[in-house]
Amino acid sequence: MTAPLASVRGARGRGVRRLRFLRTLYSRRSAAFGTSVVLLFLLVALAGPLLAPYGANEQDFSEARRPPSLERPFGSDHLGRDVFSRVVLGTRDIFMLAGFGTLLAVFVGTVVGLFATYLGGLVEEIAFRLFDSVLAMPALLFALLLLGTFGPSRTNVLIVIAVAYVPIVARVVRSVVVAVKTREYVAAARMQGESLGYILFREILPAVLPALAVESALRFSYAIFLVASLGFLGAGVQPPNPDWGLMISEARTFVGLTPWALYFPAAVISLLVVSVNLMADGLKTVLQEGG
Amino acid sequence: MTAAPALKIAGLSVSYGNGSGQRTVLRDIDLTIETGQFYGLVGESGSGKSTLALAAMRYLGADGRITGGSIELGGVNLLAMSDPELRRTWREAVKLVPQDPLASLNPRLRIGQQIAEGFDRRDARSEERVLELLASVGLADGLRVARSFPHQLSGGMQQRVMIAAALAGSPELLILDEPTTNLDVTTEATILDLVRDLVRARDTAVLYVSHSLGVIARLCDRVAVLYAGELVEDAPVSDIYQRPLHPYTRGLLDSVPRLGQNRRDDLLRPIVGQIPQANSLPDGCVFAPRCPVATELTREQRPPLEEVGGSRRVRCHRWREIADGRLNPRQQGTAAAPAEQQPASARDEHVLTVTGLEKRYPLRRSLGDLLAGRSRRQVHAVAGVDLAIGRLRTLGLVGESGSGKSTVARCVIGLTPPSAGEVTLLDVPLARQLSARDRPVLRRLQMVFQNADEALNPYLTVGRSLRRPLARLAGVSPAEIDARLAQLLQAVRLSPDYAERYPHELSGGEKQRIAIARAFAASPDLLLFDESVSGLDVSVQAAVLNLLGQLQQERATAYLFISHDLAVVSYLADDIAVVYLGQLMETAPASVVLQPPFHPYTEALLSALPLLDPQAKQDRIRLDGELPSPVDRPGGCPFHTRCPRFLGDICVSEEPPWRETSEGKRIYCHIPLDELEATQSPATLPAAPWEGPEAND
Repeated sequence: MTAPLASVRGARGRGVRRLRFLRTLYSRRSAAFGTSVVLLFLLVALAGPLLAPYGANEQDFSEARRPPSLERPFGSDHLGRDVFSRVVLGTRDIFMLAGFGTLLAVFVGTVVGLFATYLGGLVEEIAFRLFDSVLAMPALLFALLLLGTFGPSRTNVLIVIAVAYVPIVARVVRSVVVAVKTREYVAAARMQGESLGYILFREILPAVLPALAVESALRFSYAIFLVASLGFLGAGVQPPNPDWGLMISEARTFVGLTPWALYFPAAVISLLVVSVNLMADGLKTVLQEGG
Repeated sequence: MTAAPALKIAGLSVSYGNGSGQRTVLRDIDLTIETGQFYGLVGESGSGKSTLALAAMRYLGADGRITGGSIELGGVNLLAMSDPELRRTWREAVKLVPQDPLASLNPRLRIGQQIAEGFDRRDARSEERVLELLASVGLADGLRVARSFPHQLSGGMQQRVMIAAALAGSPELLILDEPTTNLDVTTEATILDLVRDLVRARDTAVLYVSHSLGVIARLCDRVAVLYAGELVEDAPVSDIYQRPLHPYTRGLLDSVPRLGQNRRDDLLRPIVGQIPQANSLPDGCVFAPRCPVATELTREQRPPLEEVGGSRRVRCHRWREIADGRLNPRQQGTAAAPAEQQPASARDEHVLTVTGLEKRYPLRRSLGDLLAGRSRRQVHAVAGVDLAIGRLRTLGLVGESGSGKSTVARCVIGLTPPSAGEVTLLDVPLARQLSARDRPVLRRLQMVFQNADEALNPYLTVGRSLRRPLARLAGVSPAEIDARLAQLLQAVRLSPDYAERYPHELSGGEKQRIAIARAFAASPDLLLFDESVSGLDVSVQAAVLNLLGQLQQERATAYLFISHDLAVVSYLADDIAVVYLGQLMETAPASVVLQPPFHPYTEALLSALPLLDPQAKQDRIRLDGELPSPVDRPGGCPFHTRCPRFLGDICVSEEPPWRETSEGKRIYCHIPLDELEATQSPATLPAAPWEGPEAND
């Protein structure tokens, strides 16, 4: 894995540092595994329709309840749908919902966290007490409540993930900003008459980024979990979409007949969540503990 | 038969790390401390002095290894000891007093318990003995201290407790690793007195590690000078300060401002260059790259540690020439300042005037206060300060921690809005809030902070940090900015390629130079320095002080220079103001600041100052008690609770008047000036014995 990276060493400055960063990340076996699997899933998400031998809802009753075979690696479910194809095609959904939900949470959480913490006083107090009250409720319960009120749709799932995770991201941002905002270089920027935006995003944000990268990866793994859970409970993605949680939910009734239709989506969820976690762990050692 | 020495180190080498990352930090150290002897160990950061102190008790971390040599403690080989034996030695024979007492005391145990750990557990009298020990280190209210937790004591009291704990087992060897570095000078003086009087009485040998030559001069019998892991000179204390043989020792002594030395007539001579890293040492003499008298021989061949006249040792090829005066190993002085622009006289036009400056911080009311109907209490950080600085002049503001000196600077610059008072810059009143000041005002007023590590954004290159003020405040066009950036770096004596570097690639002195460059970028009229040289090694500090002097001439800037170090302030400043508990106590032109009359507080500061002369006769004036809390500021004269010249009720009930001498010295005291003058002696001025100021080029 390191050979192709090393051969590009001619590049200068930022590029070199980025490569060195990747190399350090890949020098840890667990992090390398996690990152590779996540990248593989990402590829599957992008190339989904090309990889899936069948359509998501392509039914063939004569082929129903087939156990895994060479032709159908994950078998087929009680309606004769190809489980492998459905898992592959469902990847994109989960990446879209969990990924963009996390991105939205990170974006809003960072901006709010930066502003509120830097300004301090009443602004900080109000923002973070509000966040505390969101955090007081389990994320899943909170998500069910919102989706129950506004109805299950993709957009709503995405927003729910963002709302549930903004407080956590903001707290992480706050923990760094509290330490950095009293640094003398921030005072120096103020003495140069820099604007609030410049101070927040140019002077302070770089110090937040390592913690933010780790937290984003971690949030992503929890978001995958949340999306799957919501699908399973019927509050998220609706049938007949090939959502992993939904697939488990549907296959539950037939677990005696087609256990593979339940186990494969479940295994895929576990694999992805564990891999994202390993990647986050690797990021943490490389970025925050100096590798 | 003579008794074995308390500590005998022979041929000691110590390394950190393993394999390719191995760094040898101590090489071939020989050191013998006799029973009852006070041994000073001096060196700058990176010299390996703390490693030596820890190695002497075989207390290196997991990373450090003793790779050669022997250590004998009272004739017993320390390196052959088993772990239980070693632990017993630590408990009984050798004790360490570290730099930071708070980090060494267990926050969850009461002081009494921690001291008692030094006694045998079966000792029934241990409680009594704890109180005896606390009394012996000058903690009169021993019972209260014994029941306290570490955080409830001041830094000075914590360090007294550490000394008491170290003496608990009557050790043969006491190792003190920079025990007073974090303390104020007046507290430091009392601790040094304590160590001297208490330990002298016990026949305990002492290894005193410090970067401060003045502290060592006051306390020790012998001094060993360490440089880059090697012992370069070792001599009785009077010899080292009178007649240093090694060029490095000489360089160190020439780098420290002597009390009364002023840059306008006698420049410091800093040591050029930097201490080498442990993994890239020069082949010959380790000091050769920075040595003013290095030759081919010194660069190629490592000099031996030679005996000189029985009592001293030096590691230099050319010590004979230095000893008989044929060779003067002084560093090249920096070029004389360009045609001196005369500073305006004190009464001329003022760049900055501060009148009646006050800063109060309200405290949160506790529930008890609320129920009792007490009003909100306030911390009085600054209580009415008046200052004025003329063109091209430097005002030095001296005070100990808690004096409010930094708050004054922050109020002037606008980082902290003052509660009352007025600040005018070039006759224009300044807005209290920084955000309310417009760009021309921001340009005129800049500040350099204490902590060089925090002063630069670690994620930005030096170039980016410097371009910003050039573009925004100085209004330099993009076409010219690179040229101006190079000029700016050159002004602080750094090459233009520093623009591409990140702060972590710079040394402490270089970072501070960049911070100075940034402050100068917009050609300000007034620069504030808040302890800006305090964190630097003496040789680096000397170079930065000289740089500040030159930049002031080149750029016609006025300075407000804040420091706790009176010698540094009197070196750089034209006028000096002494502040205590947010109140000015004395203001004086630098020329007369060391002549009586003094304010009693200034007198105490001067007598506490460690001088570069073991023979110096200083009045022994020590301040009793602790600094009062700024919440319950003493009424009348705020200094009355600790004043050695306390008069009586008048000091408590009435604010003192400002009294002015004919030389322009102003003193805030009830005691008439002639009375003060009659009973005070001028501060001792130890001149360098090898040359008077007239021998300066």
